[in-house]
Parts: sequence; structure tokens; C-alpha cells
Amino acid sequence: MAAPLSVEVEFGGGAELLFDGVKKHQVTLPGQEEPWDIRNLLVWIKKNLLKERPELFIQGDSVRPGILVLINDADWELLGELDYQLQDQDSILFISTLHGSRMGAGSTW
Amino acid sequence: MEHSGSRRRERKTPPRGSPGVVGPPCPRPQALQAEPPHGHLVGVIRGLTQSLLGVVVILPASAFSLSLDRPARVLLRRSRPLPPRQDPAMPAPQCASCHEARAALRRPRSGQALCATCFCTAFEAEVLHTVVAGRLLPPGAVVAVGASGGKDSTVLAHVLRELAPRLGISLHLVAVDEGIGGYRDAALAAVRRQAARWELPLTVVAYAELFGGWTMDAVARSTAGSGRSRSCCTFCGVLRRRALEEGARRVAATHVVTGHNADDMAETVLMNFLRGDAGRLARGGGLGSPGEGGALPRCRPLQLASQKEVVLYAHFRRLDYFSEECVYAPEAFRGHARELLKLLEAARPSAVLDLVHSAERLALAPAARPPPPGACSRCGALASRALCQACALLDGLNRGRPRLAIGKGRRGLDEEGPPGGRGSHSRPDPRLRSPSPASRDSSSPLGSDDVGVRGRL
Repeated sequence: MAAPLSVEVEFGGGAELLFDGVKKHQVTLPGQEEPWDIRNLLVWIKKNLLKERPELFIQGDSVRPGILVLINDADWELLGELDYQLQDQDSILFISTLHGSRMGAGSTW
Repeated sequence: MEHSGSRRRERKTPPRGSPGVVGPPCPRPQALQAEPPHGHLVGVIRGLTQSLLGVVVILPASAFSLSLDRPARVLLRRSRPLPPRQDPAMPAPQCASCHEARAALRRPRSGQALCATCFCTAFEAEVLHTVVAGRLLPPGAVVAVGASGGKDSTVLAHVLRELAPRLGISLHLVAVDEGIGGYRDAALAAVRRQAARWELPLTVVAYAELFGGWTMDAVARSTAGSGRSRSCCTFCGVLRRRALEEGARRVAATHVVTGHNADDMAETVLMNFLRGDAGRLARGGGLGSPGEGGALPRCRPLQLASQKEVVLYAHFRRLDYFSEECVYAPEAFRGHARELLKLLEAARPSAVLDLVHSAERLALAPAARPPPPGACSRCGALASRALCQACALLDGLNRGRPRLAIGKGRRGLDEEGPPGGRGSHSRPDPRLRSPSPASRDSSSPLGSDDVGVRGRL
């Protein structure tokens, strides 16, 4: 049983364009049975924050290749990626490295 | 007495990825050395003796500093506060270099986990090594930095500015205005902010001024009706290099640098293979263009840095850059190469640098080698056919036949060149250069009268 969590979700490098141009979002994740991890967070983001073209942000159950995820200013690779369990007041930053060209690709795969 | 206990700690050897430039070891951050060790030791010793003997004894730190060195340091280490937000289930590893801060990333090439400070230091050291080992920017060089406002050129300008005193070079920012409404204006605003913040001189060169009124928007309109719309990026690539060269000459630069990173180079290699561009494959992956036939030497100091590291460096250094995509970008062929590369990278992270290294070691079969270049009949630039790429493309635009110089080998109506020549998407073409002063027409750098046709829409 996971208590409600308050986390800050931030988008950069062009990814904010998919979220109405808003970079920082202070969100409160509701309590639920399974603990909150990045996998669930992505599902939540897709349902509640993502405004357009989900295929540019999410691919399968992870982020699209080329989008970096920093949890409290550390690469998520060091923390277990999708399995990292969120804690209260965590800060998750999604930086797109695909800007300048081809952010709007979404066609060939 | 020098307190050197910390240095006896063992360094873990990080796992090595593919061979390549590793760079000098990361210097220890200053914070660790600035700590006064004896003050802590006195406190620890006092506490120990108090608890053991029940007597307050003030002991000179020097008497115990050697013998209590190891256990004292262990005690000290445990008594330091843990880094914030440690997930007990999955703690982040410690920085492999300073062993102090929590690691912020794992370097793609070596797999080493580093904290933000050590990573930034290592990144800068590697760029310095790339420049010095390749003798790219000798002391006294006046360096024109191609600045687009994007992440790569922002990081490039920032790092070079940090390294400039050590290298003995001076920097000028050169920005190219392709005339893309809504996109380039915002990007140029970012460049101007950077120039002001870093106190670097900035020169802006515009397509409209250099190429007889042909902005990219005009080119896009002209090419829109001719089938594959992606060809407008072909023009931009060729003309931008020419514009950058012109801007560099205006500031009397001796070298031109651009912010291409390892991913860009790998994409270029893939694109050249996919298009069968033997000429570029023969040159692709080289560290820089030495400047054939009068062109300014061009190099890419970031070319061994992966794109991820460039983005993270910009993030950790809080650099302000412009990150929207060009409005014409979805049509560029490079996007396909980029998607493929991202998938390959997910399967094999070293694929990016390995591609670049493979291209550097390519030797072409004799039949495939490009012919020795001559001079463009119109502007005098280095060209493998009668007209150089820029002149040929503009020629096509002005004749109302924008696809004239794109595709298999045709460079102008009267030229029947051999098949295999392609429009350009790939990175710097060392054959292009500004014309020599003798052949230069005062109204246009391409030295031709009919290239000055305006408003052909």
C-alpha cells in the first residue's frame, strides 16, 4: 500500500513541447496498492500530463530512446531505471536529446 | 604534517569499454583537501578516551595522527551525513573518482560512475586532450565558433572559453541566419544572450545577404512542389558551410570549429553508406578538414563526446540553450539514420564511437576513389566537377529547377557529370571554400552575375 507521493516532474531539451510548454510540474501521485515506481509514473504521465503525440515520449513501457531521465540529478541507469521506487519529494527530469532535428519523426517504426 | 591518509585508499579500476581516447585521470575536487583533518581527529580522540577512561584528556593530534590514522578515517567516513535521498533498496554508487559525492551518471564509454563535478572536469579534460593531441588549435589561433544556439554549440563555446587561456586561442562566435521564420529568430536570441554572458564577439551572417535573397523559407517554397520535400535540407547544409566560412573570414579567423558530437559523426557515416557516397566515406570520420585549397581548417573538438554526455554537461553546468527543432527537420533524411542509431545504441552502447572509428580506418577500393578535385568554374572554390555544390544548387534555384543539382551527378545543365554525386546532408565538406579575392565579385561571394536573381517565387 503506497501512500500519496508529492514529486516534481520536469521536462527539458524540447520535451516540454509535448506538455503545453510547461517545464516544471508539481504532482501528487495518489495512494495505490503497488508502490510507485518509474514504470507506473510513466503510465500516469501519459494519462494525465501528456498533451499530444505520446509516441514521441513513450515507447513500450519505457521512454523513447534519446530521452534522458535524471532522478534527483542522477542518471536513472544508476538507480534501477524503471524499477526505481519513488520517494516523497523526489525530482524527476526528462531531457530530450532529439531536438534540433527529428523530434517530430515518429514515422518509420 | 601532511595528512595523506585519504590517498592510501584503493582506487577501483573502472571497467573499460571500447578503446579510444580516455583522457587524463580526474583530479580530486578541492573540497576534500580543504578539510582540516586534525580538528576532527582531536574531537574523535577526545571522545574515544572519554568513553574508555572516563577522563577528559586533551592529546596533541600529532601524537596520534599516524597510529590512529586508519581507524580515525573510518570513523570520520561513517560519521559524515549520507547523501540525500538514498533509496535503501537501490543506493546510487559512489563517484569512482573522488569517492565523496554520489555518482550522477555512468560514462557510456568506460562504464565509470562519476559525480557531476568529476564528470564535468573529465569532459573538459577530454576535449582539451582531443584538441592538443590532434594539434587542432595551435596557440595564437583565432577561432570562429559556429554558434546555432543549440546544445552542441553552446557546450562547445563554453568549454572552449574555459580552455582558451590554456590553449592560447581567442574566440569569435559566428551565427548563421538561414532565414527560417519563427525558428531561427528564437535561436539567434539565445546566441545573443550567450555572447553577452560570455563576453564574446558575435557575427551574424544571413543567407539572404550572401546568396542573393534566397532564405531557407524561399528555398523551401521553391522546392515544395518538386516531389520529395526533404531536399530543402540539402540546400541548407551546403549553404550553411559556405556562410560559416564567410563569417569566419569576416572576423579574420584562422580556424573554424563546430559542435558536432560523436552521434552526429556516426549518423553521417551511416548516411554516407546508405547513399553510397564513396567520396565522403573516404573522408568521413576524419578529425578535421585540414583546409584544402585555401579553405579555413575546420575541426570538431566534441567529436569524441557522445550526445548524452553533451546534454548532461549542459545540464550540470546549467547552460542556457535553444532546443526546438527546425520546422523543416521532419523531412531530413538524417532523421532515419538517427532513429537507426538510437536502436543500435540501445543494444550496443559503444556502437556510436565504433562506427566513427571504423570510418576513420576505411580504405576504398581503387575504382571507388573520388577523382582529384579541381576548381569551380564560377566561384573558384574547390570542386570535383565543373561547378561546386553551392553554385550548382543556387544555379538550379535560379533557373526554377531546384532539383537540378540534387541526385545522380548532375551539376548544371551543360555538365554531364559521372553518376554517384549526391546532394549533401552530411557534415563538413572540405572542398567548399570561399572564393579567392581575385575571382570575387563585389556583390556576391559566389562571383556570378546571374546568382543575384531575387524573389523568384
